[in-house]
Amino acid sequence: MRHPIRRSAQALVAVATLSLAAACGGGGFDDTAEQQESGSASLTMLIASSGDAETQAVQAQVDAYEQESGNTVDVQVAADLQQELAQGFAGGNPPDVFYLDATRLADQADAGNLFPYGDQIDDLDDFYPNLVDTFTYQDEVYCAPKDFSTLALEINDASWAAAGLTEADHPTTWEELSTVAQTLTTGGQTGLVIGDTRDRVGAFMTQAGGWFVDEDGTEVTTDSPENLEALEYVQSNLAAGSFAYPGAVDAGWGGEAFGTGKAAMTIEGNWLVGAMAADYPDVGYTVVPLPEGPAGPGTLSFTQCLGVAADSDAQDAAVDLATFLTSPDAMTAQTQDTGVLPSRQSLADAYLEQFPERQAYIDGAEYAQGPVSAPGVEQVLIDFDSQLSGLATGDPQAVLESTQTNLEQAIGG
Amino acid sequence: MTAVPAPAGGLGNAPARGPGGVVAPRLTRSRGSSRAGQGRAAWAFTGPGLVLIGLFVLVPILMAFWVSLTDWRGRGSPFSSAVGFVGLDNYATILTEPGLPRQDFMTALRNNGWYVLLVVPLQTAIALGLAVVLNSRIRAKSFFRTAFYFPTVTSSVAISLVFIFLFTGGGAVNGLLGLVGIDGPNWFSDSRGLVHLLGDGVGLWDAGNPPAALTDGGPLGLSWWDWLSGPSIALAALIVLVVWTSAGGYMLMFLAALQDVPKDVQEAAVMDGANPWQRFRAVTLPALKPTLFLVITLGLIGTWQVFDQVYLISQGNPAKTTLTPAYLSYTSAFETGQWGRAAAMSFVLFAIIIVLTSVQRFVMRDKDAIAEKKAARAVARRSPSKTTFFHAGQ
Repeated sequence: MRHPIRRSAQALVAVATLSLAAACGGGGFDDTAEQQESGSASLTMLIASSGDAETQAVQAQVDAYEQESGNTVDVQVAADLQQELAQGFAGGNPPDVFYLDATRLADQADAGNLFPYGDQIDDLDDFYPNLVDTFTYQDEVYCAPKDFSTLALEINDASWAAAGLTEADHPTTWEELSTVAQTLTTGGQTGLVIGDTRDRVGAFMTQAGGWFVDEDGTEVTTDSPENLEALEYVQSNLAAGSFAYPGAVDAGWGGEAFGTGKAAMTIEGNWLVGAMAADYPDVGYTVVPLPEGPAGPGTLSFTQCLGVAADSDAQDAAVDLATFLTSPDAMTAQTQDTGVLPSRQSLADAYLEQFPERQAYIDGAEYAQGPVSAPGVEQVLIDFDSQLSGLATGDPQAVLESTQTNLEQAIGG
Repeated sequence: MTAVPAPAGGLGNAPARGPGGVVAPRLTRSRGSSRAGQGRAAWAFTGPGLVLIGLFVLVPILMAFWVSLTDWRGRGSPFSSAVGFVGLDNYATILTEPGLPRQDFMTALRNNGWYVLLVVPLQTAIALGLAVVLNSRIRAKSFFRTAFYFPTVTSSVAISLVFIFLFTGGGAVNGLLGLVGIDGPNWFSDSRGLVHLLGDGVGLWDAGNPPAALTDGGPLGLSWWDWLSGPSIALAALIVLVVWTSAGGYMLMFLAALQDVPKDVQEAAVMDGANPWQRFRAVTLPALKPTLFLVITLGLIGTWQVFDQVYLISQGNPAKTTLTPAYLSYTSAFETGQWGRAAAMSFVLFAIIIVLTSVQRFVMRDKDAIAEKKAARAVARRSPSKTTFFHAGQ
């Protein structure tokens, strides 16, 4: 509640000042508008941050932008980004630039909250095409991805060696994954622990050639034989005990199970690197690409962009800031300490030279599947997740059928 | 309405005694102007309060009600011309139209219903029990009073975090259960319903393969089997948390009321040979009735609005068994942008609370007082002349 109150106070002061200006000189409004364009605009930027390091990295780039442009930028770190964004949109005074998760793009674009500036980015083709796709809604590119993450398979070196496996045994197919998971399941250790949501199990769906919707996001394709094959594969391994959800091994997420040795393998994204370094620095592990399914390789991407508000009063300056922060130099600086991957293809080589162990994550970028991009589907996907938690004993066909029906209703209506 | 005639004004202190014949005319004379003055003063004193309540309670409620009738997407003012008026569509989506929104809302109502059914009686009974113990002659009374009240004044965030650790699979609760040979569940990720498990345990049904009669149909988008699941193990852990937290607060109310129970009535009961249980049933409990009403009402309202524990601990998981209407309303608005539907949910919740509180008021009404009133009215009908006499006398 702090921001809206302060905003309205600012608004009051602004209104009072403007009325004074209008009363004294006349044409006060026009003066202000010109000022905004001629390079002394004041912007607010709302970000979500994983910690001080990330905040400072952003602030450093923003400082550089202020130097270059003469605009001032107030960087605010949100405790709950979604809620504070919603408050800003409802109050008609949103932050000019903000982090926007790919899962929220369709809803926000559909509600008219976003200003699309894709056509103002000169080198849009330098960004990974499928990341740009996730920020495209109804053929319009809304914003530039600031970074991304993909899923890969993480293997505990000690468990791997203890089971008598070598590098040649790294699984590349579903069958091999089942086999090594079975081998690695011993006593208190489960072969593979994966989160019980679409953000992990969904990877198997893409490897089988399925997904919730078709490429345009207009037709629902959830109830398909490909998706069924994926869910049945996960189900049979869950039933065999070689796969498990984190809750079943008393862990909060896959990374925790992996770090504490309850899991010999897990499927997580590049954020795991930072988490392992911070919480379990002594655990040695190897990252390999996810095994291929019947339809070839598949992984999921998670990405955020810098959104610009449709209601921003300094839209040009806001777009300017967003493109500055996604420029190669700024992106290189911001992806140094934060564990995320640069979303520009031209930066990949330099990044890999610095962090060779993140090769598997970068490799996934080419074929990674983004989130379901259609407005109003969030509740349906949450429902899908809640059905996944009972997958071990559930009926995969029924899960897909109900999700198909619900998605059709959400997208159609 | 006093039946005793006022004494004649002959005694010197009559004005102090009240409406004596001599003082009345003077009062009447000054009444006109002073009434107006009093009225102005009253408005002046209540004005700020009324303005604040209107601005921060009444107007927002009316605005929220308006939002529940529109398709507002959370952009700009809900009163702008761009926002469409959809009538009762949002209410229909969550109450009558088959589909996921209704299924979610009904699941939330089911969870919260079981939650209320367990939390309110438990916390009331425990609070009353603690208060009775503290009201007896025990040692270190103030220590226990503080100890019992402590959870109520502690931040629910801190308590929730402690409970997450207590109830993890390898946590302290399961450690204790392990001592007596029970292999405890992984509390906050176990979605099995207690009634399902209970029926399974006594051989009523097989929870893995429920009877078709129950799964085939049911009202409002959920099958009978779903409605009857009972609280899940995860929700049961939340129930324990909430009962533990709130019982202390209500205990204090009972304690205050217990200290007001007249001693002489208690002594009279002792003289009549009533044993402690009879004294509690026939003397203490009736005297506590107003407090009991208060505690149950506050309990009902609080439990139907449960939000923070769900938000902090489970976010509706596992398998939506800790989803509550308040939390669903929050996620519908802030996470999925269905503002109208979220507002409609909160008004349905409001209606449920009002109805249940009214029912409770009716059940707990003072039957003696009603009987007395009825009797008085009957007497009045039978002897109208007497009434006329009393009126005339005044």
